[in-house]
Formats: sequence, C-alpha cells, structure tokens
Amino acid sequence: MDLTFGPDLDAFRTEARAWLAAHVPAEPLPSFDTAEGFEAHRAWERTLYTDRWSVVSWPVEYGGRDLGIFEWLVFEEEYYRARAPKRVSQNGIFLLAPTMLEYGTPEQKARYLPPMASADEIWCQGWSEPDAGSDLAGIRSRAARNDTGDGWILNGQKTWASRGAFAEWCFGIFRTDPEAERHRGLTYFLLAMDSPGVTVRPIPQIDGETGFAEIFFDNVEVPEDQVLGEVGAGWSVAMATAGSERGLSLRSPARYTMAADRLVQLYASRGGPPASTDAVAQAHMDAEAYQLHTYWTASKVARGQAVGPEASANKIFWSETDVAIHTAALDLLGPEAELRRAGVPSEWLDGYLFSLAGPIYAGTNEIQRNVVAERLLGLPR
Amino acid sequence: MMDFAFSEDQEELRRGVRTVLDAECDVDALRAFELADEEARADLSASRWAVLAELGAPALVVPTPANGLGLGDVDLVGVLEEAGHACLPEPLVETAALAAPTLAALLPDPAAAAALGALVEDDAIFAVGGIDVSPAGITSPSEVSADGMLRTPRVVGARDASILLLACRDDESGWQLHAVPAASCTAEPTPALSATRDLSVVHWPLASETLLAYGVAAEAAVNLLADRAAAASAALLIGLADRMLALTAAYAKNRHQFGKPIGSFQAVKHHLADARVALEFARPATYRAAWSLTTAQPSLSHDASMAKAMASDAADRAARVALQVHGAIGYTWECDLHFFMKRTWALSRAWGDAATHRRLVLAHALAAARAAG
Repeated sequence: MDLTFGPDLDAFRTEARAWLAAHVPAEPLPSFDTAEGFEAHRAWERTLYTDRWSVVSWPVEYGGRDLGIFEWLVFEEEYYRARAPKRVSQNGIFLLAPTMLEYGTPEQKARYLPPMASADEIWCQGWSEPDAGSDLAGIRSRAARNDTGDGWILNGQKTWASRGAFAEWCFGIFRTDPEAERHRGLTYFLLAMDSPGVTVRPIPQIDGETGFAEIFFDNVEVPEDQVLGEVGAGWSVAMATAGSERGLSLRSPARYTMAADRLVQLYASRGGPPASTDAVAQAHMDAEAYQLHTYWTASKVARGQAVGPEASANKIFWSETDVAIHTAALDLLGPEAELRRAGVPSEWLDGYLFSLAGPIYAGTNEIQRNVVAERLLGLPR
Repeated sequence: MMDFAFSEDQEELRRGVRTVLDAECDVDALRAFELADEEARADLSASRWAVLAELGAPALVVPTPANGLGLGDVDLVGVLEEAGHACLPEPLVETAALAAPTLAALLPDPAAAAALGALVEDDAIFAVGGIDVSPAGITSPSEVSADGMLRTPRVVGARDASILLLACRDDESGWQLHAVPAASCTAEPTPALSATRDLSVVHWPLASETLLAYGVAAEAAVNLLADRAAAASAALLIGLADRMLALTAAYAKNRHQFGKPIGSFQAVKHHLADARVALEFARPATYRAAWSLTTAQPSLSHDASMAKAMASDAADRAARVALQVHGAIGYTWECDLHFFMKRTWALSRAWGDAATHRRLVLAHALAAARAAG
C-alpha cells in the first residue's frame, strides 16, 4: 500500500499546474447553457485540445496522451484547483468515449473521437423519454430497418437531454425489436443532430437557462455504421456508459475536495459559527472519503480489475456529498445566500441548484439503492 | 507510486484470522462467554488468546530486533477488522495495536523493554486505561484516592491482563505513562452494556519502577496512543458493521411477510443500501489511517480522527438498520445481533465519539487552510 504519488506523477502535476495557470481564463465564462456561453466553452476546449490537455487518458492517435488513471486523477485535481471552466464536452469525453473505446469499430473511433476531443463536435445524451426515466428499459422510441436494408429509420421522442439545445451529435438508445424481452431488442445509435427529421425544443431549467432539450425524431435516416456495438445489444452497451456515469469518469473527486476546501475557508471567514461546525466537518470528510475511495477503485482498475456494482454506491455518495457541501455553504451565507451577481454564475447558489440534479440524473439514487441492495447485499429483486 | 490496496500477504493474513475466529469465536462461543462467570470467562479468554498468540497477532507490529514480526499497521488493520467482525472479547486492540507499538517506540527504556519482552515471549495480555478523548482535548480520568493509590475508571482488558498500560496527569507535572504489573493492582469489574468489553476500575500505586515516560515524552506518547486507539477502534467498527449487514441481509432474504422475502421491499432495501454506502466510504478512510500510522504522516491525527468519525457513524447506522430490519426477533437475546450492536454502541463512543472527532478533523482542516494561506 502506498498513498504517495511519486516523482513521475508529481512532475506531471507540476506541468499541468503551470499550463493551467497560464491558460485558464481570468474571468468565469458565461454559463454553457446559453448560446454565447456554449461557444465560449467550446473555444476553451479547443485551447485544451491544442496542447493535448482535453483527454489526457485517451490514446495519442485520438488526441490524448495515453496516460494512466492516476495521471487523469492528478490532472482533474489540478483542473479544479485552477477553477478552470466546466467541461462542455463532458457527455462525449467522459461517457460516450469510454463506451466507444470498448465497443466501437476502428472506423468509428477514428471518425468520432478526434472531433470529440477538440470539441468540433459536442455530444448530448438521448436516453430518457417522457415515459421512460428511471425505467430506462421501457423506452419506446423505435428504429426500423430501411427499405434497402443498409440503414435505419428512427421515430420517437427523447427528453431531458443535457446540452441538447446546442450539441452537434447525440448518442441514444432505440428499440429495434419490439417483440423481444424489453432489455433485449434495444440498439445504441450515434446521431447527427442536423439530420433531416430531427427537431430540438429547448427546455428552460429551474435557473431559467436552456440546459435541457426535448428531441423529436420523425423518420430520421441513420446509416448502419452509426450503430455502436451489436444490434439488439443496446442495453449492455448503455450499461457500460452508465458505469462511467456513476463510477469513475464523470465526477472526479477533485470537484468535491476543492469545493470542500472552499467551504472550510468560507466557514473560517465567517468566524466558525458553531451551528455549522458539524456540517462543514462532515462535508470535508465526505469529500476526502470520496477521493480515497476513488484511489482505492483506481488501484483496482490499474491492476486490471473491473469496477462492479460499487459504481452505484459511488453515485449515491458523490451526489449526496455535493448537496451537503452546497447546503452547508448556503447555511453559512444565511440571508446573503439568495443574492446573485449579474451575468456570472454564483458559486454557491448555482452550485446548489446544480447539486440538486445529482441525485436525479445518471439514474436516480432510489434506483442506485436498489442496485446496491440487490447486487452488493444480494437481496431479492 | 500510488497503490491503495492490500498485498497478497496481507489478504492471506486476514483470511487466516477469519478462519481461526470462525472456529474459536463463533456466536455459540460468544453466547457461552456471556453466560459464564468471571472465572470461567478468564479460562475461555486464556485458551482463545493462546490461539491468537500462535498466529502471531499480538506481536505483529513489534520490531524484529525485539523478537516481534516486524510488520506494520497496514498489516494489522485487517486483523483488527476481523476481530470486530467476530466481536472478539479479548483485548487484542489494547495489546497489539496500543501497548505493542507504544512500548516499542520507548525502547531501549528498560521498563518498556521488560513489558515488551513479556508481550512477545510470555504472550502477556495488556489492559489500557487512563486516557479520555473529548471535545476539550485529551484528558485523564485517573485520580488520586484517599489511600494514596491512583484510581482509574473504565480500564479495558484488566481481567485478563498481566500488565496494565495506565496514564495519569496532574497540572504540575503533566502526563505520566506506566506499565503496571497486574499483581500490584486491584481491578473491580464494572457492569457495562457489552459482555465482550471487559471494563474495570483499577487501583494502582504510583511507583518509579513502573514509569515509562513523563512530561513532554509522556504527552507525545499519550497523543499518539489516542490516535492509534481511534484508528484501531475504527477498524473494529468496520468489521462490526460488515458483520451486522451480513446478518441482516441474510435475514431479509429468508424472512417472509405478505408472501415475499422482506428484502424484496424497497423500504427495507433502501435502509440497508444506505448503511452499505456508509460502510463503503468509511473503509478507505480507515485503511488510510493505518497507512498514515505506519508511515508517520504529518496528517496522522486528522486521518485517525476522520476514520473514527466515519466508522462510528457507519457502524451506528448499521446497528440501527439491522435492528429495524430484524424487527422484534432482533430485540431478543436469542438472536445473535445483540452481541455486535452492543459492542458497536460502546465502541462508537469510546476514544471519542463521532461528533468529537468531527470537531478534531475540522480543527486540523482549518489549520491546514491557514498554512496554505
């Protein structure tokens, strides 16, 4: 057991810290859930990509540095320490990419990964439907073979697609065999949002910004080479994506440890009010426990072991930790908690609103509790 | 290079301890132990300790020049977790995790060498007492009685111990740490919640020949001992929580109501899932504390307090959920659950409860934030 990073990772940390110090915008960018902010964040992604910092763990041929999981974690720590912009490419680079690296054909990887790394193509996720949220296997949007048998025709509706209002591409699951058992008969598709028959309707979120979109599909033609994985195997391909979403790659611990550090500073700057002591201490510990748990899991991954249903425990913990950190901060701010500064995201208030989505997206925490109970504790379905 | 995992040897040691304790300390053995009188308990403990000593558990972290196994806290933490899992009544924490490293650090002091020699060569059992951890800091409950002897309440392990590691403090001369032979003490057993925790009030003479350290050296030893106790208690609590969840998951699979196993109901699943998540995240905090002890990290006190706070909360939650899911049967002495719950309720408060350690953690975090500017 060794909990030190060692000279190589320390050197890599120094390099990342220096680059970020020289390049992170001095002023926060406008929210990426606005048209202007989306493009500002795309420009930032290009800056990252130009110096090969956008996807450090990917193979070199797709725009990465072919680095290991601990280098990625170190980069993330420095990224959050530098308070660099949120990743507008996150659905693609953190969720779709690991799935594509596992299930994609060589041609698909060569076609889709480089523009994903450079943010020339930004992806959204088309999974939920109006009647299929937690019950994801209940999706009804359909894909049928076209007349010539070399492609598919998609019909239906997806909703709650984060960044769907502005993204160029969408990864979605569609029912290709309505007769099959509901977890079978699903297929994972890669879709251009400018395909004829695609209609996007932005949905304002509780902060008033258009973070979500509904996506309507009306006889949308999709070629065969835009199926990811086997036809009919969409559920297992989707579960690989969900594993990334709940497990290691979407929410790196640096996000929480850095927020908890700022919470401790806020507590100190307010004179350490006793009413907040327990909540601040617990938030600090939970963020650090999440970091330690991630090192624990990453050590398994580095030894070639798989991440199993522990990913669901992980998702419950990071999402509730995020809510707890921001709740404690708003409590410290008291009557000032509701105040905003015009035009820029307000760290604690907007952070709080965002944190409240965490127990809902990536599979509600109630679904994750079922997974923990059934697969980690062996309780009957 | 970062590798947060146990080695194959460490896993094998843990499995070996599990096998031995499954045989020597199953629930029938716990039941027999609780029903036995003091004398019979001493006999049961002596025979079980002989098996643990055979395994090398008490002297695991004693350095090889002192004839120990020369291993560290990372090797020991899995053994302690197994002791919690089995609800082992004997003072393994006091002997292996507190007395052994504290005495080893005081070598070549002759009193420490003699006591450590007894631990290694004679399989001596140690009791520990005279140190309390509270939000006010580390204090000693040891007091001078009318007869001039010291009186220390809540000493753990005195029934079986041949040597007692006892601390006292007064405002003039500060801390003193002593290794007192059992023959020169009197121990009155204290009735308490858990039969698997042996508590006594100990009367002992303050004598220069038992003195291990005083003043600044004793204070440093006591502070480190409190960190060691927090980390070791966390390991026991993790093992207890794991056992209670295993018992409860098994029960929820077999117990039927409304024609189904109660474990198929979401209300039950979600209780258990929350307890499982708390355990999942207390575990790495506990293992990190062991690593910080072995490598003498500057963050050691923070790390030990964090482990104790998280493990206390995780085990308390596991106990609460375990009882609720068992229902009325869990409230009976016939059901096995109470052994593990009672030990948890006691241990989650011993050596500082979760709220105390949260405050200590935050004090360290604030100091670190000031140091970072």
